[in-house]
Amino acid sequence: MSRRAWNLVQIGATALLVTFLLLPVAALALTLGWRDFLAGIRHPLLAPALRLSLTTSSSSLMLVVVLGSLVAWWVARHRGPLARAIETVTQLPAVIPPAVAGVGLLLAFGRRGLVGAFLAREGYGLAFTTPAVVLAEAFVSAPFFIQAAIAAFRRVDENLLIVARTLGATPFRTFVRVALPLSAPTLIAGAAMSWARSLGEFGATLLFAGNLTGRTQTLPLAVYTAMETDLRAAQALALIMVVVAFAVLLVLRRMAREALGA
Amino acid sequence: MLEARVAKRLGTLDLAFELSVGKETLVVAGPNGAGKSSMLRLLLGSIRPDNGRIALDGRTLYAERIDVPPEERHIGYVPQDYALFPHLDGIGNVAFGLAHLPRRERRAHAAAWLERLAASHLAHRRIDALSGGERQRLALARALAREPRALLLDEPFASLDPSARRELRANLRTSLQQWRLPALIVSHDPQDAMLADRVAVVEGGRIVQQGTPEELRRAPASPFVAAFHQRPPID
Repeated sequence: MSRRAWNLVQIGATALLVTFLLLPVAALALTLGWRDFLAGIRHPLLAPALRLSLTTSSSSLMLVVVLGSLVAWWVARHRGPLARAIETVTQLPAVIPPAVAGVGLLLAFGRRGLVGAFLAREGYGLAFTTPAVVLAEAFVSAPFFIQAAIAAFRRVDENLLIVARTLGATPFRTFVRVALPLSAPTLIAGAAMSWARSLGEFGATLLFAGNLTGRTQTLPLAVYTAMETDLRAAQALALIMVVVAFAVLLVLRRMAREALGA
Repeated sequence: MLEARVAKRLGTLDLAFELSVGKETLVVAGPNGAGKSSMLRLLLGSIRPDNGRIALDGRTLYAERIDVPPEERHIGYVPQDYALFPHLDGIGNVAFGLAHLPRRERRAHAAAWLERLAASHLAHRRIDALSGGERQRLALARALAREPRALLLDEPFASLDPSARRELRANLRTSLQQWRLPALIVSHDPQDAMLADRVAVVEGGRIVQQGTPEELRRAPASPFVAAFHQRPPID
């Protein structure tokens, strides 16, 4: 292939893919009039769904970041079959279809599930509650953060950790004062991916937590529900979700940049 | 007095050594892969020996049922590339080891050690903007600020250019005589023998010869020892 043709092929492929990826997002905005958008904002499903989405996705993010950081640190500091096995397990949800995850969560934590039956006897019902939404989101989003965290922690120079110890730092202080700050940019990027996955969670939530307005109906579920009656409202909801996701992504990216500069 | 009698199998390397360092400087010399850096890590406690005993000023750091963690050994360590914390400035690096002091004293103490090592001007500099020599000074200040009972340096001049090397070697020699603490310097550079009160030559995980630089020069026990002293000065 000539140099010129090769350049054209690359430019063509880029143009095609970028258009394909941008078009649906652009269509959301371009095919919606102001009046419809304002009507969408006032749609009764929006406020509860937005509130629920923000609270559940931030809860799930906290869960994933705190537990995920600890697991990732252990996996990054150890070699051997156990560490490899744990790493594989933490990646499992990324390849399981969300609907399958939902069925699995129900069979584990549902009223008649493995753990759920025991919880139900003690008077705790998990399925079809707000905590179930958080669990579904944490389940599907954990791999994104953990994978980034393991990679970041593996890059921390061993010598820095040894020196920190000789300077009187306990293993915990070494983790908090050396490993965490040095890994911060990658951890934040991983958290952003994980949070975005959480916010978009649909399948596992629907099956495990249901679609109850104000309790388990997150933004994606609200879009789905509105779609059945009112396409315009669904579109307005969808657009708001894009804006929220984009805003949070920008904030997180700025945080990552600042962590890199510090 | 730092005393150790340690055995450790590391992959294909069978490391076994016995040494005793008083208030003097022992240069541990040997070819790459001889196990010199691993010796330091065993002494620091970041690698656990298979068996043996390590003691510092009569306190047992490692024995059959004792394994004092690195943070409680009071051994200062300056690794090969100095391992300064890139997310902290100069004084932040020195103050890192002073967490046991009240917050207010921490900075003052760190500043005093920077001054002692003529590194006050590095206090607020970013680590990635420092020269090799400046880094070395900071790393020394950081290790010494904790007032360790022994000091381990891994190839302290390897990442410096020859002219800086000569100057810093002379400085370090003066400082080591001043501080009077057991110091162990790992090196593959014959020139570093000038820092030594005694030299221990390591080959294949064993100390093949130990003595004053003069003794080693007169009766080298192996071709490496002979070569170590014969090699013409590079700088």
